[in-house]
Amino acid sequence: MAGALRIARSLVVPAIAVAAWEGICRAGLVSPLLLPAPSQVLVRWFAYLAPLEPYDPARGGFLPWLLSGELPYDALTSLMRVAGGFAIGAGLALPLGLVMGARPAVYQLMNPILQLLRPIPPIAFIPLAILWFGLGNPPAFFLISLGAFFPVLMNTIAGVRGVDAIYLRAARNLGADEWTLFRRVMIPAAMPYILTGMRVGVGVAFIVVIVAEMIAVNAGLGYRILEAREYFWSDKIIAGMITIGLCGLGIDFFMNRLNGWLLRWHRGIES
Amino acid sequence: MEPALRIRGVRKVFAAGGTEVTALDGFDLDVAQGELVCLLGPSGCGKSTLLNTVAGFSPPTSGTVLASGRPVTAPGPDRGMVFQEYALFPWLTVERNVAFGLEMRGEPRGRIRETVDALLSKLSLHDFRDRFPKDLSGGMRQRVAIARVLAIDPPMLLMDEPFGALDALTRRNLQDELLRIWAELSKTIVFVTHGIEESLYLADRVVVMTYRPGTVKRIVPVTLPRPRDPASPEFNALKKQVTELVMEEQRRHDVDEMGVVRRG
Repeated sequence: MAGALRIARSLVVPAIAVAAWEGICRAGLVSPLLLPAPSQVLVRWFAYLAPLEPYDPARGGFLPWLLSGELPYDALTSLMRVAGGFAIGAGLALPLGLVMGARPAVYQLMNPILQLLRPIPPIAFIPLAILWFGLGNPPAFFLISLGAFFPVLMNTIAGVRGVDAIYLRAARNLGADEWTLFRRVMIPAAMPYILTGMRVGVGVAFIVVIVAEMIAVNAGLGYRILEAREYFWSDKIIAGMITIGLCGLGIDFFMNRLNGWLLRWHRGIES
Repeated sequence: MEPALRIRGVRKVFAAGGTEVTALDGFDLDVAQGELVCLLGPSGCGKSTLLNTVAGFSPPTSGTVLASGRPVTAPGPDRGMVFQEYALFPWLTVERNVAFGLEMRGEPRGRIRETVDALLSKLSLHDFRDRFPKDLSGGMRQRVAIARVLAIDPPMLLMDEPFGALDALTRRNLQDELLRIWAELSKTIVFVTHGIEESLYLADRVVVMTYRPGTVKRIVPVTLPRPRDPASPEFNALKKQVTELVMEEQRRHDVDEMGVVRRG
């Protein structure tokens, strides 16, 4: 009963907002070119989602056909870019962060240049990325990995530096050598921080992919909404934005579940 | 017979905010094989510092520590440490925590499993083997910590106020458990506490320490037969005597603290 009330309450404001939006559009108060009605957006979203051709069993399975529409293709393209760029960025940041956290000498060597580069938004690298890598996927991967790099790096450093000395003492006392200490104590103890960094890093990577797709490539969600603007398809722009939002939500949900599982030993985990 | 532990002229100086604090000075002590010795004193008497020195976590400024005749230079599995804060690895289950030291030693899986099984039974932890430390009570956690050091079978156990954070009933329970294990496995135990009754309940000898710098004030042998009854007249006579010794040092500690307050 209380649950039902809570759900009802959480739906009130969105329902009013959508109804008001629909009402304003139906009343003709705004040009549908600038702000299409939500119903129109929804219709466009399904058209965007739907396969372009009717189902033909001779040409392959049902699932590939179902995903042959423009939207699944764009979403998949964008998510693959996020995954690839994130893998590169986090793959570089994680070992560097672990070493910087564990070895003060390495930290002192690397920290100044990283602090200099860190405040530059990845977006500001776009011109250079195009000069270096041309158009297409390479500059996109470069920018996305850059976006994921720093959150993972900074959190990993903080996590390793913050490892409670008592775990190190206990492990040394039980006969752990330095390498084992690093692998079996420091890394797991820093894991809550590392995973927070990864979650933030994926979020930034997703922001960067949309921007990168507006500039250098010709597929993906970011490209699609910019393309739609050229044809004045504002309903498709909004449909694309909704898709971007859903993908972002999906990524965060997935990361949250992964964190929850990996950190099931951890005290203050958010449910 | 060679003493399990020989401490000679140990001095330990800490640099703290521009001033130097002498935590230990001219500390001498021999602990025999299989003996249970309690280090007793007010906070700040350097008893934990001494234990950390014996464990090899921080070397003395001068003086020597010999464990079974060998100089202590680093932490080692011959001196198993039990911390007040348990120091269990929170990312490992009870079972994996207990197995940690054996894995460090590279023992075969089957042997590890046997040893862990036996220890979990011995400490009544069998039903908790797949739990994580966060899901255990303080008393249970300390049982796991004890099982974890017993797994590597060290000849000596170093215990730093291990039961200090537990409630009175759990504490007595674990004290009895410790005495049972000690009698069965004939370990040498150096046990740090500020509990007078605890030290008299457990120890063969109680080493009363002076407050800053920490030295041996008096060594009180406890010859009462075990299990000891804290309500008996003999126990209480001893308790009165030791309390007086400790309180002298506690007063020096209090004066020092108030001096800091006044100066501050």
